Amino acid sequence: MREVAVVSFAQSKSVRRADDQNEVEMLMPVVSQAIANSGVPRKEIGFTISGSCDYLGGVPFAFVSGLDAVGAWPPITESHVEMDGAWALYEAWVRLQHGDIDSALVYSFGKSSLGDISQVLSQQLDPYYLAPLWPDSVSLGAIQTRSWLDSGHSEKELAQLVSRNRQFASTNEHSQITKLIDPETYLAKPYIIEPLRIDDCPPVSDGACALVLVAGDRAKACSTRLAWIKGIDHRSEPHSLGVRDLSISVSTKQAGKNCGALDIRADICELHAPFSAQQAILEEALGIDESVIVNPSGGALCANPVMAAGLIRIGEAASRIINGEANCAIAHATAGPCLQQNLVCVLEGGN
Amino acid sequence: MSKEGNNLSEVDILEAPNILEYPYSRSTGPVIGEFMTKLRDGKIVGARTKSGKVIVPPTEYDPFTSEDIDGLVPVSTSGVITSWAWVVSPSEKHPLSEPFAWALIKLDGADSSMLHCVRAPSSTSVATGKRVKAKFRSQREGHIKDIEFFEIEEAANG
Repeated sequence: MREVAVVSFAQSKSVRRADDQNEVEMLMPVVSQAIANSGVPRKEIGFTISGSCDYLGGVPFAFVSGLDAVGAWPPITESHVEMDGAWALYEAWVRLQHGDIDSALVYSFGKSSLGDISQVLSQQLDPYYLAPLWPDSVSLGAIQTRSWLDSGHSEKELAQLVSRNRQFASTNEHSQITKLIDPETYLAKPYIIEPLRIDDCPPVSDGACALVLVAGDRAKACSTRLAWIKGIDHRSEPHSLGVRDLSISVSTKQAGKNCGALDIRADICELHAPFSAQQAILEEALGIDESVIVNPSGGALCANPVMAAGLIRIGEAASRIINGEANCAIAHATAGPCLQQNLVCVLEGGN
Repeated sequence: MSKEGNNLSEVDILEAPNILEYPYSRSTGPVIGEFMTKLRDGKIVGARTKSGKVIVPPTEYDPFTSEDIDGLVPVSTSGVITSWAWVVSPSEKHPLSEPFAWALIKLDGADSSMLHCVRAPSSTSVATGKRVKAKFRSQREGHIKDIEFFEIEEAANG
């Protein structure tokens, strides 16, 4: 395998409504910053790929307009996935394995505020059995949380988890929710969709991010400190929610095994868990114990630009390696309802 | 126009309604089509896999091995709740306008659960393990909403 490193990452601050910015305006500063910090001249980038969702804006081929943020003239080699940007990164990683190019720009963006995001996401579900019932994403998150609670866990565990994430988010300048909450205050709040309290759910976020991947010796020339991708894999659960045990994440465990995440001692771990119980489910699947700092960014519970939140996990983990805070990290991204698809990668510092 | 230089004020932001529609028509095929046809008759069928498991609602393949299924078999219209969530304030799109439960329901004779809504007086009357029964609409058209909702079954012996 050809060694590939994350050399730079940039993200916008997540906000509830970026009313005065369209997707391109959200993207331009982060794309420019990621390229500038990579040391690779824009015209030398070999491959450009994005992850986004046409359902958010309700416009077919909405991602094409996103290309205005990268400048597609003279013509560039470009691709797109209708998934979180983490899967765009996977495609870029595969593309770099071909060996004929050395660098790739990966970006993703989401304006979740354009509609009722939890309802919009219900229309991406199975069109025969699920979509006609409009089971919104918060309701499905609640069902998964119930399964997890039924498997022998308590709401007090969620209270601790939420409180800890908020503490981390309070020092993250890009986070949307930065207000601390103690476990007692959490437990005193009413359910919005039982068993979920508002603090178990992600905020509605608008945001964007970009990172640059560089392979082999070309990467070593970029910087003295890089976040090397030591392993990456993604797996999917069966199609129907009702054939799965929602209290565990089999596909995360499979992806973790295949990319080596189960065999390493990570310093930090960034898990893409829009709902609080999902974070606990993912920790269990990846065998994360108390020695690992989980979601030092605050996670998707505190900022959730849909389609970018997974790539942000990889970027956050890589940034902490690049700045020397950590040497080894696990990053995870999810897509679909109730942790349907999961991507895991292992990052390690070095030159 | 804005009075503050280049900064946009609230009144400068143009808004237009955009109705999200994806008006695809889909064919249901031999398995989902049969499931829908049976719903119209007030019955529920599942897919039997080669290993003998019954998947409801049915898929054309075994979700774990991807093998073809071994035909469709009838299952009960009653079953047990395997997970649930209580919706305090239903949205206009939700299947019921009063507070209700979403539930994964394992019908008798099935090995998997299906998602639907449960009508109940309050969240305290819903629980994992509770028995529920499908309430069909009187006018049915071969659609998942031919089941209006599930309701809690009265316990036979207390």
